[in-house]
Amino acid sequence: MFSEQLRGRAEALVDRYPQKRSALLPLLHLVQHADGHISEDGIAECAELLELTKAEVGAVATFYTMYKRGEMGRHLVSVCTSFSCAVRGGAEVYDRLKAKLGLAQNETSADGSITLEHAECLGNCEGAPLVTVDYLNYECQSVADAEALVDAILAGETLPPPTRGPVPPGIREASYRLAGLGPVEDADGPIARAAAKAEGHHGGPTPAATAPSGPGWVAPEVIPTFSEAEVAEREAAKAAVRAAGLDPEDVAGAGGPSAREFPSRDPDFEAQEPGTAPGEKPGRSAAGIPGAGAAPEDDPRTEEQVEAEGDEESTDG
Amino acid sequence: MAEPIAVLSSRYDVPDAHTLEGYKREGGYSALPQALEIAPGDLVAMVKEAGLRGRGGAGFPTGVKWSFMPKGTGKPTYLVVNADESEPGTFKDRELMERDPFQLLEGIAIACHALESERAFIYIRGEYLFPGMRLEEAMTEAYAAGYLGDDILGSGVNVHVTLHYGAGAYICGEETALLDSLEGRRGQPRLRPPFPAVAGLYASPTAVNNVESIANVPWIVERGVDWYKSLGTEKSAGTKLVCVSGEVKRPGNYEWPMGATFREIIETSCEGMLDGREVRFFAPGGSSTPLLTAEHLDVELDFDAVAAAGSLLGTAALMVYSDKTSVVEAARNWTKFYEHESCGKCTPCREGTFWLSQVYDRMLSGGGRPQDLQILDEVCDNIFGRSFCALGDAATSPIKSSLKYFRDEYEHLVEHGRLPDGLEPHAGIITDNAARHRPTDFAQPATVRAGSLR
Ligand SMILES: Cc1cc2nc3c(=O)[nH]c(=O)nc-3n(C[C@H](O)[C@H](O)[C@H](O)COP(=O)(O)O)c2cc1C
Ligand code: SF4
Ligand code: FES
Repeated sequence: MFSEQLRGRAEALVDRYPQKRSALLPLLHLVQHADGHISEDGIAECAELLELTKAEVGAVATFYTMYKRGEMGRHLVSVCTSFSCAVRGGAEVYDRLKAKLGLAQNETSADGSITLEHAECLGNCEGAPLVTVDYLNYECQSVADAEALVDAILAGETLPPPTRGPVPPGIREASYRLAGLGPVEDADGPIARAAAKAEGHHGGPTPAATAPSGPGWVAPEVIPTFSEAEVAEREAAKAAVRAAGLDPEDVAGAGGPSAREFPSRDPDFEAQEPGTAPGEKPGRSAAGIPGAGAAPEDDPRTEEQVEAEGDEESTDG
Repeated sequence: MAEPIAVLSSRYDVPDAHTLEGYKREGGYSALPQALEIAPGDLVAMVKEAGLRGRGGAGFPTGVKWSFMPKGTGKPTYLVVNADESEPGTFKDRELMERDPFQLLEGIAIACHALESERAFIYIRGEYLFPGMRLEEAMTEAYAAGYLGDDILGSGVNVHVTLHYGAGAYICGEETALLDSLEGRRGQPRLRPPFPAVAGLYASPTAVNNVESIANVPWIVERGVDWYKSLGTEKSAGTKLVCVSGEVKRPGNYEWPMGATFREIIETSCEGMLDGREVRFFAPGGSSTPLLTAEHLDVELDFDAVAAAGSLLGTAALMVYSDKTSVVEAARNWTKFYEHESCGKCTPCREGTFWLSQVYDRMLSGGGRPQDLQILDEVCDNIFGRSFCALGDAATSPIKSSLKYFRDEYEHLVEHGRLPDGLEPHAGIITDNAARHRPTDFAQPATVRAGSLR
């Protein structure tokens, strides 16, 4: 649950984005700052701030690994067990810490000082094996190094500096930073002020809140796949509804006459075959978008570039 | 013989390159004033002409992507910088943002001008706390000095940047999943078309580009198209940050012109393999790219050359493993990664990665059955080309390629219930090689200006 002060910062975060909902990930980091995990209260508060349902917020919170459902300890210790770390001892480090602390993945020690997890590649493979505390990196950690680090946490001592970045302050403080609000103790400092500068600068009109099935969604044109007899039947049914003083649109969802008026084909899906989509919007092929109709005649691209476009679909990073 | 070269990494050794003062002293912000004099359309043409290809994995020409952006739609245009870097083995963007964050900000300002966009987002993976802090400090200085904000350098161009931390999901590196995540949703890929260039963030025209791609832009503007093209090969211009990890002596980020061979990189920059080890297999561009073997060490660093060798350049995350390492364990490790990171939207990937991982567990615990190899093969065939996004395809790369080149290891494992002699069992229980070799000696930042987080 946000304190009054945090509530103000949460509202500022919401204002930072062209559309409210974009602030959800930062807000969830802020919930972890306040509560040490994604709490019921926190979900409710995000939902209220963003005009979403709790289920919508919950669905997002459970998707991402960094949002924890159980309360975290003071420090989050992550051990990379992806292969470049594993071959240099990362898996061993994780096994030994697990045994030493008697904890499994995402569990917290009884004294509330450590939450342990193993993580997928943390993007510091040259420093394998990598251990992070509150997402700050300790590189080249042998089993002995990692054990010493954990001992220092258990004893409540100041930690040695990591190989990159400042001394881990605790996961709650780190979570505050991850919300994009700058340092905790300097809430109105230069970093926080610079971050707020983008507020209101959306480079044009604020884009309309997106349609129910997601961004980029366009109402598909309904392609009637009914026989004339069926159409006539439906029209008759609609007329009957109107005669009863009701709006056919309203009855539709309840199994009314237009219940079967769903598109039988998804125009976007069909559009993958160039130019074949029923109801394909003309703008797309004009813009030369790959896979959307024929490329313009005076295509300036070379053959390789055109090929590379095809690659974009099948390769990845 | 290619030589290593420092362009993007030229300021990596400067201890204060992450401050505005250090950056400017080392030649930074000389491209932005030039770029602001150039008309947006000409800038796009320049980047196209220079032949810059996206560094996020797909190698798609950046200028071409920019030229797809429709104009006059009545909607804002956005630039989204993909700093989600979660491909196993990849750590080039982290180092760039940590050591030289202004380079990225300068690139963003130029790119925004070229795209006529006033708003950029940097989507950085949540685990990159320290690089994010460096960026925040840099943004603060850049705003204060007029390199960001309204009317930058008196040119009338407005550029606002928001740093947005993710929350730990590899799939959010996929551009459409990234956009969904940035809109506050579960990070699941969208159907394309429409492509982000037409309907991206908030259904508005959006360019999604990798950090390294954007960081190349100031160099193209400052040194010119011809200079840029003179680096690298005909179809892969410029230099590449290569992240080497695994069993080499000095893992790290090294910058090479395109066209260098993997052997040169390993031998010159990394000083070869750890003592007593030989290259057995390597992934040229992260775990999503098919494995290659010692025979392919002379393949050139070039999108097309690597493709011709049966793999992909991907992110140029070169993960090199030796004759003491089991390829089956490597494949299992990556399979577990894809199983964990599959977003669950489509069935082939969600279910397939689960079953693949079960088969690997069974084989490596000694219960392998002769038909397991065929099962792996068939499950991969059912994922590849049938999944919704490229993550599914990527999950099959290490499996298919290891079956192709190292079938004997699999067969031995199935027949005897253990790995062949000479391979270290259970990757991770190798402690003798946790060598403390660092690519450079300044891993400890000279000044951590954030002081502390609190
Ligand atoms: C599963 C998956 C993960 C990806 N992860 C990243 C990533 O972490 N960083 C990145 O820049 N591109 C990543 N990409 C590629 C992006 O989809 C996109 O092609 C890239 O950001 C485009 O930028 P570029 O043209 O500058 O390369 C990923 C693609 C896939 C399919
Ligand atoms: S291939 Fe995997 S990651 Fe991609 S959409 Fe399908 S389930 Fe999600
Ligand atoms: S494999 Fe551990 S950080 Fe990349």
